[in-house]
Amino acid sequence: MQLIYEKSVAGRRAVQLPTRRDDAQPRINRQLLRAQAAELPELSELDVVRHYTALSRRNFSVDTHFYPLGSCTMKYNPKACETAAALPGLAGLHPLWPQLRHGGLLTQGALQLLYETERLLVEICGMAEFTLQPLAGAHGELTGCMIMAAYHRDRGNKKTHILIPDSAHGTNPASAAIAGYDVCTVPSDAQGNMHLDALRKAVNAETAGLMLTCPSTLGLFVDHLKEIAEIIHGVDGLMYYDGANLNAILGRVKPGKIGFDLCQLNLHKSFSTPHGGGGPGSGPVGVVEKLRPFLPVSRIVKRSDGTFSLNYDEPRSIGYIAPFYGNFGIIIRAYAYLLMLGREGLRETSDAAVLNANYLQEKLRPWLKAVAPGRCMHECVFSGEPLKAHGVHTLDLAKALIDRGIHPPTIYFPLNVSEAFMVEPTESESRETLDGFARSVSEVLELAKRDPDALHHAPVTTPVGRLDEVAAAKNMDLVFKSVP
Amino acid sequence: MSHTTFLGSGREEQQAMLAGIGARGFDELFADVPVEYQTADFNVPEGRSELEMLQTLRALAAKNSTLTNFCGGGFYDHFIPSAVDALTSRGEFFTAYTPYQPEASQGTLQSIYEFQTAIARLTDMEAANASLYDGGTALFEGLMMALRITGRNKVLVDEGVNPIYRTMLRCYTRNLSIAYEEIPLADGLADRATFRQKLDKSIAAVLVQNPNFFGCLDDLTDLVEAAHGVGALAVFSVYPMSLGIVKTPGVMGADVVTGEGQSLGLPLSFGGPYLGFMATRKAHVRKMPGRIVGATHDAQGRRGFVLTLQAREQHIRREKAMSNICTNESLCALRATIYLALMGKQGFVEAARQCAVRAAYAYERLHNIPGVHPAFPGRYFFNEFALALSRDAAEVVSALIDQGIAAGFPVGRYYAGMQNVLLVACTEQRTKAEVDILAAKLENTL
Repeated sequence: MQLIYEKSVAGRRAVQLPTRRDDAQPRINRQLLRAQAAELPELSELDVVRHYTALSRRNFSVDTHFYPLGSCTMKYNPKACETAAALPGLAGLHPLWPQLRHGGLLTQGALQLLYETERLLVEICGMAEFTLQPLAGAHGELTGCMIMAAYHRDRGNKKTHILIPDSAHGTNPASAAIAGYDVCTVPSDAQGNMHLDALRKAVNAETAGLMLTCPSTLGLFVDHLKEIAEIIHGVDGLMYYDGANLNAILGRVKPGKIGFDLCQLNLHKSFSTPHGGGGPGSGPVGVVEKLRPFLPVSRIVKRSDGTFSLNYDEPRSIGYIAPFYGNFGIIIRAYAYLLMLGREGLRETSDAAVLNANYLQEKLRPWLKAVAPGRCMHECVFSGEPLKAHGVHTLDLAKALIDRGIHPPTIYFPLNVSEAFMVEPTESESRETLDGFARSVSEVLELAKRDPDALHHAPVTTPVGRLDEVAAAKNMDLVFKSVP
Repeated sequence: MSHTTFLGSGREEQQAMLAGIGARGFDELFADVPVEYQTADFNVPEGRSELEMLQTLRALAAKNSTLTNFCGGGFYDHFIPSAVDALTSRGEFFTAYTPYQPEASQGTLQSIYEFQTAIARLTDMEAANASLYDGGTALFEGLMMALRITGRNKVLVDEGVNPIYRTMLRCYTRNLSIAYEEIPLADGLADRATFRQKLDKSIAAVLVQNPNFFGCLDDLTDLVEAAHGVGALAVFSVYPMSLGIVKTPGVMGADVVTGEGQSLGLPLSFGGPYLGFMATRKAHVRKMPGRIVGATHDAQGRRGFVLTLQAREQHIRREKAMSNICTNESLCALRATIYLALMGKQGFVEAARQCAVRAAYAYERLHNIPGVHPAFPGRYFFNEFALALSRDAAEVVSALIDQGIAAGFPVGRYYAGMQNVLLVACTEQRTKAEVDILAAKLENTL
C-alpha cells in the first residue's frame, strides 16, 4: 500500500482555516524563518480518510480479532469509557490552570476525579497511597525504583543493587538501572519460583529491594512469598509488586496486605484502557505508609471543606516524574470502567479471567507442553519444544494462527521457557471464542505433521508475508525519501 | 446481583466450563493462593450502569471552568480537524497493541513510519523514533543519548528550557552520575558568553529550547557550533507547531531534537496523554531509545514495515538497554500523523502563521497599555511573549479569571525576581475580538 506521501498531489487541501485579514505582522525576522515549507502531504479530506481507514483494516485488534497476547491483558475496552474521556469539560482542560491563583478552584472536577481514582486503587491494592503520574507501566517501575532510592537515602542506607528474577519483564532491570541500581538476577525454577537458597545467597546489606511479578510471567502464583518478604525486609529492603498480572487476583488479593511495599499497575491492562497500538498507557504506583513522603509531586489533597487542591510542598519527594498529573485521558477511562465494574465486578473479573485461562490450558494440554502441571492463573504458558520433531517452531504456529484470524499469543517469552507460547484470553472472551482458538491450534498442529512447509510459509492471507527483519536492521530505512 | 457486563460468558456457561475442567468452583482455581492472602473486603461502590456512570462523569466535567485561554507555557489549545477523532477512534487502531506480529499490524507499523517521516521533515533531521511519553521525558532521553554517544557525563542546560522539564531532568538525573548545570538567560536568550566559558571537553551536551519558555526565538547555530567545537552534542526541545514557519533545529545543526507533540492534534486533556518525539542524525540512530519502525520487504518483494533495531531495547538488553521504555504513545503519534496529513503542506504553514499573527496583534495591543512593558524588548517570538506588569502578575491573572479570561501564565513561580512577568500565548483559535477584550480588561485591572 502506498504511503500518504506517495499519494500527495500538489494543490490539494483537506482543511480550510478561517480567512482573516492580517491585523499584524509576525514578529519574526527573516533570519529566524524557515526557508522552505516542510514536505507534508497535499490531499483532500476524503483522500486522508480513505488512506487511514484502509490502514486500519491492515491491523488485528481486540475489536476485530481474538488477541490473546500473554502478559498484555488484551481485554475489551468499553465504548462508554471513550465517551467519558471525550467530554469537553475534561478533554479541554489546560494543565497549568491549577497553578493560576485560585486555580485549583478552576479544575475541581478534574482534581476530584483524580483523587477518587487514587482512593479506588488504594482500596483495591491495599496500599496507603497512590500516585497516578507515571505515564506507562515501565515508567511506573522507574518511579517505584526512584522511591526506593529516596527511601534508602533518607535512612542513610548504602544500597547498590536490586534483585530481579530471571522470568521478569525486561523493563524491570532496565528501570532499576535508570534509578542508579545494579541488577542482580535471581534464577527461578521451571514453575517460575525463585529458589529461596539462591535468594538468600543473593541478598546482602546492599540489597535495595526485590521486584516481583505475581502471578509470575509463567501465569502461576509465586510460592513462599512470606519467606521472600522476610528475607528482603530483613536487610531493610523493599518489596516491589509489578502489577502486570494483577488481573489474575483482582478482587481477591491486595498486594499491600501480603508483604509488598510498592506496587505499580498498568491501567491499560487490568483496568481496561485501550492499548492504542502501543500506548498511551498509564502506570500508577501505590506505596505503604512509610514510603508516602517520597511520592512524586504534585499530590492531590482533599480539604476539610470538601474542595481539592494540589500540594507541591513535600521536601522528601522524588520530584517531578511527569509534567503534570499523569495521562489524565487514560485515567478517566479507568475511573469510568471501575465505576461500572463496581465491587462485585472486581472478583468476577479475576474469576472469569482465570477460568478462561484454565479452560484453554486443558483444551490445549493434549497438543502443547503446558508449563503448569495443575491449575494456572490468568494465563497459560506452553513450550512449543515438541513441535521441533516436525521441523516447525512456535513462530510457525503463531504465523499460521494469523491465517485463521487470530492474533498470536506472546511467543518466546518468558525467556526461561523454551519455545514459549503464552496465552492470556482475559475475562472478555466467550466460550465459543476459546473453543475456536483451541480448534485452530489443533488444526495447525495436525497440519504440521502432514505438511510442515505450509506452516513455514504462513501467513498467506495478510497484506504482506513474513518480512525480512535482517534487511530492515541493515538498511535502516526509517523515513520516506521522495523520489524526485 | 451478578454483574457480567464485561464478561464473555454468562453464569451458567461458566459453571459448565468449570465442570468441563473438573473444578468444583472458582475457589479451587485459586488453590495456589494462600487462604490468608485472600480477602473479600473491598470498600468499593457497587457497579453502576453506563447511564449512571456517564451522569457522574458529566457532573464532574461540569465542575471545571471554561475560560478564554491565553495560557500556554508549552501546552496549547490548537484547532483539531474532526477527521482526527473520527479516524483514531477506529477500534482497529486503538484496541491493537505494540506491533509484535508485523503481518497482522501493518496498519500501525505503516502509520508509525509515516509519523517518523513527518517528524524528520518538520525538524529537518534524518531519522525519528516511534514516540516517547512527553516532551519532558523525551528531553531526558535526549540527554541520556548524548551521554552514550560522547562517553561524557556533564550537561549544560539553558534556563530557557521549560522549567517543568528542568524540574523533571533534576528528578531523573539525581540517582545517576551526571553533572547537571543550568545556565541563566541573558536578556531572554541563551547566554553565549557563559556557555562558551563552560564548554570544554568534559561536556556531553548543551540542552536548549526554541522558542524558549518565554517565547523568544533564537538562531542557535553559533551555540551548536561552539558545542561541536569541544565534541559536545546539541540537544533541542522544540514546539512543533512553530516549525511551520520557524527556522528548524536541523538547519541550526542540532544532533538530537525532542519535543512535545501535543500541539499536533491532541487535546490539552489536563496534561496527558501527550506525545514525546525524538529525531536525530542517521549516525546516532543506534544510540536512540524507543521503538523504531523500518521499511523492508517480504519474500515476494512486497514492501512492509517492522519494528527494527530491537537489540537496543529492554526486552533484549534488559539492564543494558538504551532506555526502559516499552509502551509509548502510539495512538497519540497516529493523531499527529493524521493531523499533519489533514493540515497538509500549505495548511500547516497557514495555521502556524495565524498563531504568529494573532500573537503579534496581542503584543501590539497589550504592551502599549500603561503599566505594561515587554519583558525582553526587541526579542522575536512565535506565538507567545512575556510582559512585565506594574504589579504582581499572579494577582492580575486571578482578577481576570473572575472575568472569564485566563490571561496567561505568571512565571514568578519558576523564575526568582520575575513576580511581575506574565506569559501570554495565542493560537489560531483566539480571535481579534477576544484579544481586544483581554486588552480592555487588563488595562482596567492594572
